[in-house]
Amino acid sequence: MSGGVDSSVAAALLAEQGHDVIGLSMQLYDQSEGQTSFGSCCSIDDLHDARRVAAAINIPHYILNFERQFQEQVVSNFVDEYASGRTPLPCAHCNSDLKFTTLAERARSLGADAVATGHYARVEPLRLAGDNGARSGHVRYVLKRGVDAAKDQSYFLFSLTQAQLTRAVFPVGDRPKSAVREYARLRNLPVADKPDSQEICFIPDHDYRGFVEKQRPDTSRNGQFVDEHGSIVGAHDGVHRFTVGQRRGLGLTAAASGTPLYVLALRPTERQVVVGPKSSLERTTLSASGVNWLIDPPTASIRATVQIRHRHQAAPATVRAVAPGQAAVTFDAPQIAVTPGQAAVFYDGDVVLGGGWID
Amino acid sequence: MRVYFDYNATTPLAPEVIDAVVRATRDTFGNASSVHHFGQQAKAALDDARSAVAALIHADPSEIVFTSGGTESDNFAIRGASEALEPSGRRHLIASAIEHEAVLNTLRALTRRGWRTTLVPVDESGILSPDRLREAIADDTALVSVMHANNEIGTIQPIAELATLAHARGALLHTDAVQSVGKIPVDVRALGVDLLSLSAHKFNGPKGAGALWIKRGTRMQSIVTGGKHERNRRAGTENVPGLAGLGVAARLAAGKLAAEAARVGALRDRLEEGILRTVPGTVVNGARGSRVPNTTNISFDRVEAESLLIALDLEGIAVSTGSACSSGTLEPSHVLRAMGLSTHRTQNSLRFSLGMCSTAAEVDHVVEVLPRLVEKLRSLSRKVS
Repeated sequence: MSGGVDSSVAAALLAEQGHDVIGLSMQLYDQSEGQTSFGSCCSIDDLHDARRVAAAINIPHYILNFERQFQEQVVSNFVDEYASGRTPLPCAHCNSDLKFTTLAERARSLGADAVATGHYARVEPLRLAGDNGARSGHVRYVLKRGVDAAKDQSYFLFSLTQAQLTRAVFPVGDRPKSAVREYARLRNLPVADKPDSQEICFIPDHDYRGFVEKQRPDTSRNGQFVDEHGSIVGAHDGVHRFTVGQRRGLGLTAAASGTPLYVLALRPTERQVVVGPKSSLERTTLSASGVNWLIDPPTASIRATVQIRHRHQAAPATVRAVAPGQAAVTFDAPQIAVTPGQAAVFYDGDVVLGGGWID
Repeated sequence: MRVYFDYNATTPLAPEVIDAVVRATRDTFGNASSVHHFGQQAKAALDDARSAVAALIHADPSEIVFTSGGTESDNFAIRGASEALEPSGRRHLIASAIEHEAVLNTLRALTRRGWRTTLVPVDESGILSPDRLREAIADDTALVSVMHANNEIGTIQPIAELATLAHARGALLHTDAVQSVGKIPVDVRALGVDLLSLSAHKFNGPKGAGALWIKRGTRMQSIVTGGKHERNRRAGTENVPGLAGLGVAARLAAGKLAAEAARVGALRDRLEEGILRTVPGTVVNGARGSRVPNTTNISFDRVEAESLLIALDLEGIAVSTGSACSSGTLEPSHVLRAMGLSTHRTQNSLRFSLGMCSTAAEVDHVVEVLPRLVEKLRSLSRKVS
């Protein structure tokens, strides 16, 4: 329970359905450190909100201190990725490496059968048909997009394993956000009108660059912009400050042609940021590593729609499993800004087939 | 069955206390500073409470200053004494490393204003050796603050000896007796201290009521300034219902101190022995000989205290890991760390504290439930590793 409306409603729905619900909130970073002005901290308030909701729906509630695990599983990866010229996706790591591992183990030790979250996604059991040999009749869990397409979070859940999905419950995934808020109001939950959370929870000021520099003081703070031909076109203050596809904040004067410049690629070892026109951002292929299949790994090419970032409209493509944990994707039409470090998630309609990390 | 074994956090109110609080709330609403009948009644209620508190700690009523509780009393003692002594050139403060945060954070605040502070470590049994204080004390030490009984492990500190040492160097001694008053006999003259903090809700009184005992003649500055309440030492209209409750709680405690200490002590021992016998890999933290009778602190090998605390709560058994921080999360105990215990042992410890309503049936229930929960958590952690 994050203290937001989605996980609050998830808990309230389950309690209303008669389940024996225990509310758990994770304290992920130290909010007290260096805090001198009263009322400047949002996250302690969020934990208090979770507690108020738990009291309102009459379930026990506990705050678990996962600061160390969060630092190890999520934050250090986040910083490493930026330092190596990639654009991380911390929420996906948090889901598969913390919420549905460490938190799920803790929940299990308390006797819980499942872990429910406020994600907009659906997980449904599918009984395998009679032509599945020895596994006929076994149940496989299918991960699907949330009903509310604008709020869908299945992209952040692709790395859950079958074992994790077996114990995952997403009570709000089958309803639109408006209905979730409506339910919260109806039940008088104290967070019914709380604004949606934004961006990265552990960087409340949104300054991820400053965060990376603080976590890794040895991060290089200089380098050069080069064009597609390798010519130096300017200086920058650190590769970690850029993301493929970025246009704003390059601090470059417009090229001779007057067309805006975009970040095309990051070369951390050379400390170079490659820039060029938008047309040069187009890619028809990508390769992905750390691929997690939610279906049996396909032996031949499959057709799918592939989503390459949270707000990307999944595009038709051919996906081939080239090696264990590796996949090659060929889009039917070029895509803008294929960004290393983000996820490529393969869908069949609403169903998540699998996904991996863009190389 | 719901079992409450967290009396060091707070206690249920004695029925007589509830009556007194209700009666004062309803009938004694006057302002104790007022001249008229209503004011006189309120004043009389305060005087009665003051006498009861003084009797409990063998003090004179005129030496009792009512406060909002233990934290304010600790703040008053340390800030009030240091401010009064500042002109004398004394700029050094000492406390034990196992003090309550009310003391530790007040010292920290004074450090930022130019005071030197020394935290004296304790030994592995959780007791401050007078030799360590002797090493720490300086010519300009203004005040030494050492708690009488520790809130997490219950150990009783050799306050009388420490007070003699402090006085020999011209320093005052303050003791935070929040965890001892009402549980064991406390005699301010025998302890030889200058300042003593106590809190009503730790001995079946209401929250928001406490006192600082200030030995007659001790120079103090007020930290809450305003009207001339409490003989000009602590301003603010008195919390008459709360303080009336404090008075009744003090009288009740004084009346049954020895009998209740023996009864609760026997229950605590039964619990402790039961846990040590039925749960393998358990060890008591702190000196077992010199403790308040209601407290035991036990480390459970290979079990995270956070998980065990929650598992117990889900079974209806309320205990604690020591002191919970404001957000309700659990942090490794600074007390156990100061005792030099391994990180492992500090993260695996639970505090059981008993009191007025505790029964043998409750103790036996906990001893029966605990081995199963511990074994379950251990088997899961084995699987994970």
